[in-house]
Order: sequence, then C-alpha cells, then structure tokens
Amino acid sequence: MEQSILFLAGSILMGLGALGAAVGIGILGARFLEGAARQPELIPMLRTQMFIVMGLVDAVPMIAVGISMYILFAVAG
Amino acid sequence: MASGELTSSEYIKHHLQNLTFGKFPDGHWGFAHTSQEAADMGFMAIHVDTLGFSFVLGALFLFLFARAAKKASIEAPSGFQNFVESIVDFIDDNVRGSFNGKNPLVAPLALTTFIWIVLMNTMDLVPVDWLPVLFAAMGVEYLKVVPTTDPNATFGMSIGIFLLILYYSVKEKGLGGFVGELTLHPFGKWMLPANLFLEGVNLLAKPVSLALRLFGNMYAGEMIFILIALLPFWIQWSLSLPWAIFHILIVLLQAFIFMTLVIVYMDMAHQKEH
Repeated sequence: MEQSILFLAGSILMGLGALGAAVGIGILGARFLEGAARQPELIPMLRTQMFIVMGLVDAVPMIAVGISMYILFAVAG
Repeated sequence: MASGELTSSEYIKHHLQNLTFGKFPDGHWGFAHTSQEAADMGFMAIHVDTLGFSFVLGALFLFLFARAAKKASIEAPSGFQNFVESIVDFIDDNVRGSFNGKNPLVAPLALTTFIWIVLMNTMDLVPVDWLPVLFAAMGVEYLKVVPTTDPNATFGMSIGIFLLILYYSVKEKGLGGFVGELTLHPFGKWMLPANLFLEGVNLLAKPVSLALRLFGNMYAGEMIFILIALLPFWIQWSLSLPWAIFHILIVLLQAFIFMTLVIVYMDMAHQKEH
C-alpha cells in the first residue's frame, strides 16, 4: 500500500512538472519566433534572453524529474 | 554497477552519500562510516569531498587563467590564450549589457562564478563509478564527485553573493536609503509592515532560488546518470551518451544563468533612485 502511494507520488510529480514546463516553453518559443519574424535584426539578443528564460523555466521540471526518480528508485524500489 | 551484492536502492543511496568528517555524538571527531552516523553528527559535520573537489577546481581555474595572463603575447597568441580571451570578452559583454553601476569587482566576480560553476558541473560528465571506485581502492568509503550536487556548496556561493548584495546596497544607498527601499516602496509609508514583508521576501528569495536552482538541476542530472549506471554495462552507452550530450547544455546554461543573475542582483544593489 505504502509503496504504491510512493509510485503514484513519483509519477504525478514527474507528469505535472513536465506539463507546466511544456506549456511554458511552448509559449516562450512561440513568442521568440514571433519576435524574430517581426524584427530579424534582433535575433542574437532575443536568443540570449530566450536561453536565460528557458533555463529558468527548465529548472523546475528537471528538479521534479530528479526528485521523482529518487522516490521511484531509491525510496520505493 | 561496481559492487554486485548491493541492491539498486542501496547503490543509489551509496552514491548520494557525502564523505563526512565530523563530531560524533559521544564527542570524538572522525569520518562517518554509515549514512546514519553522518546524519547523527548534525551540524558539526564537514563534507570533505565537496570541499576538496571545489578547492581543487577553483585552484585549477586560478592556475590556468593566471598562466594564460602571464604568458599573453600580442605577436603569437597561443590557442589557450585565445580561448581565455574569448571567455573574458563574453563575460565583459554580459556585464556591460546588464550592469549600469560603477564597480570594478563585478566583472571578475562574474568570471569567477561562471568558470568555477562550469568546472564543478563538468565533474558530472565523469562516469559516476570511476572516481568513487578509485578512491574506494584507497580506503575512502563514500565519495560524491560533483560539488554542486551538494546544497552546502551552492548555498555557500549564494550566501556569499547575498552578503555582497547587502554590502553594496548599504554602501551605495546608505543605510537609510537601503532601509527606505525595504520599507517605503510599493504602498507608501502608511503600509510599512506590508512593504517590509513583500520586500523582505523578495530579498531573501534571491539567495535561496539561486542556490536551489543550481543544486536541483545538478542533482537531477547526477541522479539520472546513477540510474543509467544500474543497467548492464553493454547497454549503458546508448542512454548515457545522449544524456551526457544534453547535460552539456544544462551544465553551461546553469552556470550562465547563475552568472547573469549575479550581475543583475549586483546591478539592483547599485541602483540609487526608486
């Protein structure tokens, strides 16, 4: 019983983290392309800024994946 | 997998345990031999492996860059000199772009944080069993190779940055100006407690988010490398190679974000008018 709850917790953690990041990075990429299409001369600057924000957005699901892997394999397994 | 008789969860936990030197509950000092002993030490514990690897990598950075600076020549620049120059130029561009105050410390600070974090993160790309097995042959039981997968290292750096933020805020704005910024800002002086709460959370969130972001990313990456190492050895390359290539991006990106945020926070500490 306890172990199955741990597996559920790990998978929910991973799934919800991925969901949020997918929406976030999707919006980020769409806006980057819009901006690049509107003003192609700004692409280098926009790309740097996009990578900064992508790193910020990417951090949260990566941490969720790490912690859920720890729950799935080290605590439950 | 190095030692066949461990179960997978013991193997993972063994890899996530730092080499700890500290004060035992009965009062004598020594290395912990189990993770329970390490946990019992409480506050009086030193992670020798984290300190050792970060010191060695910091010394390596200083040695290489100082040598490149001493041997620098205009007529015949060596390949390494060009490499160092391109890094310094890159940092310089970033500082020029987002730092508007006047402080000769910020660019060297940014360079040090960037290179040091890159070096510490790069230890993640060393196969997870090599160094622990090598040190185990010399009698060291636990070893965690990547310093940035230890929250003590990342919090050490971010608290250092936090103290610099406080120091330069007080120095540039005066104590009154800094207190005023903390207490009078969003809602005016009649809502002082609410202002203090909001700005205080804002201030304290800086070092915490800085440290936890770096720690979390590196910890997750290390965790996945350890899980890949649990597979039979002939199939490991098919997963660890793509993950290592993807991880190079994370290694550089996290170091770059840490550096950018350091510059931005220092810039906020130097802004006078609000």
